[in-house]
Amino acid sequence: MSEHIVPVKTYAAVFIALICGTLLTTGIAYVDLGTWNTVVALAIAVAKMMLVVLFFMHVKYNRGMTRIVLIAAFFWLGIMICFSLSDELTRHWEYNPLPWTESALLPYISHLLL
Amino acid sequence: MWIFLATEILFFGGMFTSYTIYRALHLSAFEAGSHLLEVKFGATNTAILICSSLTMALAIHAAATGKKKSQIVTYLILTMLLGATFLGIKLWFEWHHDYVDGIAPGLNWTYNGPYAPGVQMFMCFYFFMTGLHALHMVIGIGVLTVLTIMAARGRFTEKYYAPLEITGLYWHFVDIVWIFLFPLLYLIGGRYSGGGH
Repeated sequence: MSEHIVPVKTYAAVFIALICGTLLTTGIAYVDLGTWNTVVALAIAVAKMMLVVLFFMHVKYNRGMTRIVLIAAFFWLGIMICFSLSDELTRHWEYNPLPWTESALLPYISHLLL
Repeated sequence: MWIFLATEILFFGGMFTSYTIYRALHLSAFEAGSHLLEVKFGATNTAILICSSLTMALAIHAAATGKKKSQIVTYLILTMLLGATFLGIKLWFEWHHDYVDGIAPGLNWTYNGPYAPGVQMFMCFYFFMTGLHALHMVIGIGVLTVLTIMAARGRFTEKYYAPLEITGLYWHFVDIVWIFLFPLLYLIGGRYSGGGH
């Protein structure tokens, strides 16, 4: 447990920042940014999460084990999301094997030699 | 507690991952589904949860700085009331209305607009993700009830307030889950246009 006492002023500032972030993300959702809508929404969500984690959950004042567990959790989450997506999003390719003949391989061989 | 929260990150992470995959596969349907949700309720509930996180943090602060027990109890009760308000809005203005409007898969489904099967899938994700989040909040309110009784009996001092601190971590974590659910479910469906593309 952290022995560090966070001043109420800090909590108030974080609270105001979180409310502003909520208003901002809601407002931006009505502006057409194309793909960037998702990116901006997630970036604001990550920023809000960092504020909660660092100040409300005192991670800014905790080192060592707390941070290791937190970083490990997000690392696992990253593995889960990246590997699931790399599987799912590459499933629907056309499977089109090349015939094992000289004429089909010739361009590749000549490419390698040149 | 942090190790428990790590398992919780992966528990909700599994749902976020499958949501991402199915959103990628049925983008238009998910955007149409997102339009069925009311941004005003989602945004209000986000603000309510942020307020409750603040009162939770202030309850811990009051205990850690040796304030009177009435102050700790007040902040804890405020936190519970804000949590209950969140659940009330969720239950009555959102879930109940979804049911009445016929966009509750399995219970009452009468939606037959474009991309209906995909929209049904989106609403399934919506109900499961917000439902599990709400379940976490119910558990949180239960734990806070116990803490309020303990605080009222003067159990917490500036030397001993670990239960408050640990419950605070849990409560903030549930807040963070909502911070991600709100944009993913309510916002990124292309709010600027009339509906799915």
